[in-house]
Amino acid sequence: MFYREVGQFKSTYAADMAIFPIRQDRIGIAVMLGLAVIAIPLVANDFVLASIMIPGLVFTLAAIGLNILTGYAGQISLGTGAFMGVGAYAAFKMASAFPQVNVIVWILASGVFSAGVGVVFGLPSLRIKGLYLAVTTLAAQFFLDWCFVRVGWLTDYSSSGAIEAARRSLFGIAITGPEATPLARYFVVLGLVVLLTFVASNLVHGRIGRTWMMVRDMDIAAELMGVRLLPAKLLAFAVSSYFAGVAGAMMVFFWLGAAEPSAFGISLSFQVLFMVIIGGLGSMIGSYFGAAFIWALPVLIKFTPNLFGIEIQSATVEHANSMIVGALIIFFLIVEPHGLAKLWAVTKQKLRVWPFPW
Amino acid sequence: MDLLTAIFVDPFVRMGTNPTFLVQVIWEGFVSGVLYALVALGFVLIFKASGVFNFAQGIMVVFAALALVGLHEKGVPAWPALLVATGVMLILAIGIERVVLRPLVNQPDIILLMATIGLTRFLVGLGEMVFGGEPKVMITEALGIPTGILRIPLFGKSLILKEIDMTAAVVAILMVAFLAVFFARTKIGRALRAVADDHQAALSVGISLNRIWVIVWFAAGIVALVTGIMWGARSQVSFDLEVIALKALPVLILGGFTSVPGAIVGGLMIGIGEKIGEIYWGRLLGGGIESWLAYLIALAFLLFRPQGLFGEKIIERV
Repeated sequence: MFYREVGQFKSTYAADMAIFPIRQDRIGIAVMLGLAVIAIPLVANDFVLASIMIPGLVFTLAAIGLNILTGYAGQISLGTGAFMGVGAYAAFKMASAFPQVNVIVWILASGVFSAGVGVVFGLPSLRIKGLYLAVTTLAAQFFLDWCFVRVGWLTDYSSSGAIEAARRSLFGIAITGPEATPLARYFVVLGLVVLLTFVASNLVHGRIGRTWMMVRDMDIAAELMGVRLLPAKLLAFAVSSYFAGVAGAMMVFFWLGAAEPSAFGISLSFQVLFMVIIGGLGSMIGSYFGAAFIWALPVLIKFTPNLFGIEIQSATVEHANSMIVGALIIFFLIVEPHGLAKLWAVTKQKLRVWPFPW
Repeated sequence: MDLLTAIFVDPFVRMGTNPTFLVQVIWEGFVSGVLYALVALGFVLIFKASGVFNFAQGIMVVFAALALVGLHEKGVPAWPALLVATGVMLILAIGIERVVLRPLVNQPDIILLMATIGLTRFLVGLGEMVFGGEPKVMITEALGIPTGILRIPLFGKSLILKEIDMTAAVVAILMVAFLAVFFARTKIGRALRAVADDHQAALSVGISLNRIWVIVWFAAGIVALVTGIMWGARSQVSFDLEVIALKALPVLILGGFTSVPGAIVGGLMIGIGEKIGEIYWGRLLGGGIESWLAYLIALAFLLFRPQGLFGEKIIERV
């Protein structure tokens, strides 16, 4: 009733395979973008922009990256945090070595480095599968973590071991560094995330994406049908790490402003993995849902008692937070193992047939 | 050339000139290997019986140790506290089976893995809320664990062995032996092996899967309690212990997910290998290589034997 594709005829193959084949979806996306570009900057204050919207978008990008690898190509990875770190350190090194080039170029280029590292650590995936592979990706996590701490060259031998976002501007407006307003940073992050989502979405809808899904569903069968496993798996690792790397660079440059090696630890990897699983494996919109849910939930839990005028010690809130998030993850896995994306699909179907039950 | 000497000659020269120290290093590695093996044992028990890759084993170790120490702090004598802590693990096992495992039967591996990670988060929050986040001292004396130091003369120097470490090794060996007998000789043990072999066939001959799962999680809980006591006695009881779960993962892939002997051999190999690597080669790289060396050993190993040392051969059909 609310949502119906009747009467929308496709006369070409391309139109039928489009990312948004239905008019209502295109309108919906346009509305969402309009909200993100116009309404949110008007309504939200600096706090909401800087500590909910920007990190949410950065995590979305990381989740998209992991979703490509785990959701589309079926290779479980627990090393996302480290790949994000590679991107962050690469962007830091390049931005300080070549200050005259625009920082956005370097942020997009930083992913190339993490893609390279990802390919190296993806090599075992040809022989090792499933949970064994998940454990080997931990090797990447711990080895790279160690590098961030021990290799002084990566941080330009800074005494604290932390990297800091350099002050850079775009069209005369400061976008990184302490002077940049949350609003400016938000627009840059939004632009990059939307652009990269578009790229990812096209990738997974095309031949490459279908290859990945064949590998995911059964790699031996895919091989028998002519998919070359090594390039397919390594490409998945490369693309996934590219997205993670860009997300890591954005995390330092547009969100935190400075980061220590511990920021890219194993808990970051788990956080992104949670987002992918809760959002829905193998779904672009799921990455958005998952990132929003996992990122916003602790913030909500933190501020809900205050709304009712209840004072609770921050340590208690922290512990309760951990418990609630853990319990909710289990709850979601039980109720809907296919994630929020599946709930969205069910909602769409309900809207389509309303007021009839089917 | 200098580098090659530093890698291939110097460490061995150092080993040769001071054999006592080498034995000391191997002993230290052996003890931490025993503890890795214990954590890995908990993993293997659960993986065999329910196919769940239990990420929460590390936090179960912490939780069990905290329950014991926390009760003792409240004034409960040591041995009753140990009993109550065992009871806590039983309640935990029943709860996990009811709330987490039963509704998630037949889900893909990754979903079950995620559920145990969610469980980890939950238990971390619960443990901190109930017992507080500060590190605690294990009640070593109250439990009657010897804490002295033994000096054994060897090659003209003396080898230092802590009695705690020796106790840990003995307890671990006893426990493995007990589990081996339990699996081989008792009715429940046979049922466990049947479930590990084939869920459906086990169900069809009247074995209750749910009951087996509770038993297995409880067994893993007891293993966790023992590990917690031993590890806590060597350092402290705190949530940092959780990272030993991550250390047990390379042990698992080395030994194979489904093999009890694999967990033990893998644990010892990783424990000794990483200590020797850290002491003799770590300096070349600036130290701290313990954090990833185990993974690299396991990774290199997997390239040649993807199913681990003792794992069942992976056969895939289209």
